[in-house]
Amino acid sequence: MSVVTGGGLDLTTEQALWLLREMLRIRRVEEALARSYAQGLIPGACHTYVGQEAIAVGVCAHLRSDDVVFSTHRGHGHALAKGAPAREVMAELFGKATGVSKGRGGSMHLFVPEVGLMGTTGIVGPNILQATGAGYSFQLMKTDQVSVAFFGDGAVNNGAFHEGVNMAAIWALPVVFVCENNQFATEVPFDYATRNTDVAERARAYGIPGVTVDGNDVLAVSEAAQAAVERARSGGGPSLVEGRTYRTRPHAEGMRDGGYRTVEEIDAWKQRDPIADLEVRLLDRGIATQEQIDAVRQEIEEVVADGLEFAKTSPYPEPDTAALHIYGAS
Amino acid sequence: MVTAVQNGTETGMRELTYTTAAREALDEEMERNPRIFVVGEGIGERGGNFNTTLGLYEKYGPERLRDTPIVERGFIGMCTGAAMTGTRPVVDFMFLDFALDAFGEMVNQIAKIQYMSSGRLEMPIVLRGCIGIGGSSATHHSGNYYPIFAHLPGFRVVVPTTPRDAKGMLKTALRGSDPVLFLEHKLLLNAKGEVPPVEADELIPFGTAAIRRPGTDATVVAIGAMVDKSVQAAEQLSQEGVEIEVLDLRSIAPMDEETILASVAKTGRLLVVDEDFQPCGMGAEISAVVMEKAFDELDAPVQRLNGVFTPVPYSPVLENAVTLSREQILQAMRDLMAE
Repeated sequence: MSVVTGGGLDLTTEQALWLLREMLRIRRVEEALARSYAQGLIPGACHTYVGQEAIAVGVCAHLRSDDVVFSTHRGHGHALAKGAPAREVMAELFGKATGVSKGRGGSMHLFVPEVGLMGTTGIVGPNILQATGAGYSFQLMKTDQVSVAFFGDGAVNNGAFHEGVNMAAIWALPVVFVCENNQFATEVPFDYATRNTDVAERARAYGIPGVTVDGNDVLAVSEAAQAAVERARSGGGPSLVEGRTYRTRPHAEGMRDGGYRTVEEIDAWKQRDPIADLEVRLLDRGIATQEQIDAVRQEIEEVVADGLEFAKTSPYPEPDTAALHIYGAS
Repeated sequence: MVTAVQNGTETGMRELTYTTAAREALDEEMERNPRIFVVGEGIGERGGNFNTTLGLYEKYGPERLRDTPIVERGFIGMCTGAAMTGTRPVVDFMFLDFALDAFGEMVNQIAKIQYMSSGRLEMPIVLRGCIGIGGSSATHHSGNYYPIFAHLPGFRVVVPTTPRDAKGMLKTALRGSDPVLFLEHKLLLNAKGEVPPVEADELIPFGTAAIRRPGTDATVVAIGAMVDKSVQAAEQLSQEGVEIEVLDLRSIAPMDEETILASVAKTGRLLVVDEDFQPCGMGAEISAVVMEKAFDELDAPVQRLNGVFTPVPYSPVLENAVTLSREQILQAMRDLMAE
């Protein structure tokens, strides 16, 4: 098996193809969802992660299934990278009984606790606090599990960021805070919303490590995440990882995408596609062959076709299940 | 539904204050379940602003008695995540007014996580602390607010009024899988009452009202600090030959409709006495339930007696003017009987 030393990582072919497969899975699932949205098959919101896949995949590469992730309104990528089945994510957006949340949630409320996806959320900020709380559970129960909060640049001026990161810092909780700085909170530029656009630098205010990486470079993300996850798992406390990235589709499907950024800017970022970038590097370094990459691509086409068919043909939930699970069993 | 006249005739009863009884419940449950932890300001070595955790830090240590920075939204949101991942947080928020900084966490997250996860996650979090008017506590330390939370699917809301209930209902809260708002009226914290022996391990179920005084002529449903005042007013009226049945609602959500309806069927008259505001409050809810389900039993319109619809003022003279006195309750009872 080939091993690469590049970007600071020793990567086996198997690991490299996992990174590629997961990024492609997210990309292709979301492209199918976007088409489905345009066809009127998705009744609610659909916020895609297209262009940002390297961050979810680079971080989740270092997580175990019993580690937990608290995600955002742009959470399909986190759900899939953490191990949510594509067909059940797609069925959820279609509002079907077979969806990950049985049709209760849609795009912004994906829950798959069985694989450690503790929810995507419609409110910006609370997931940072919840990830901190999961870290508290793991510390109290003396497990070596790790908790991860994904959030955008839009969340870091919210009090939840300050309160959550500070508590994790003072109690040395096993949490990794991952800021996906895609430069816009919906359409509000980050440099409008703050005087200091260096998110990682804020870590100093809490006395924890902070690092900025190219969020479109899955190997760079992976390297930073590996250090942060190991630090958390070994009792070293929380870290802040900032990935600089860009979403190349509108804030939500069906929305216009003009006025706040230029076509030239979007096109320039599309040229920095994290998936194409990884493929070129794997070929250049001899980590993977074109045949292997093609096989991954073919595999993902089948996963997406299967997921789409599953989402389309699955039944809707029974109306009389609408008010189930408000309270627990006891 | 279980209803009981708690008359203290059982064996082994001890006289404890409300706070001591609740603390005993917390101690017993923390002993029993190592996944219970408490967060709040000054609940560690200090033992809590109201002695809610006195002596527990020495017994269970700093991880389970966790002093926090002053970040109500932060630690309530944090405890939400903890409850999702296998532990059982108790948020000692001191005053419910403070916890309102976390209203979004409570409404959007705590109350909805079990639903959003299709029942695959539990939300065993207890949010406990003071409510109520008294002691010149003024606007930011006197709120009641419970109907707001009773309005939301997902919450359990209780307002125990006796030491026995404080203990038994806190133990119930600490063994269930739902989020519980456990609200303690500040004027009741030092009240004494009989509590069963530790070995009894008594759990008092939610959704049960308690008959504090049986009667046949009219029903009073009272909440929190109004229960004892209503009982006193009823005793006074008894000397005039009128027997009022006083129910302690104690469980705001779920509400014990059965006991209320049974009492109204017996008496034909109903007065709801609640220190909290009248609009969209518990009296409105109880009145509507009785109208829908027991209209034919009523001999008079349902009456409501509430605290004044205003933020709570500081000066004792003003403060007394916005809550309810025994005399006001007595007058409302007379008015109801005159209908």
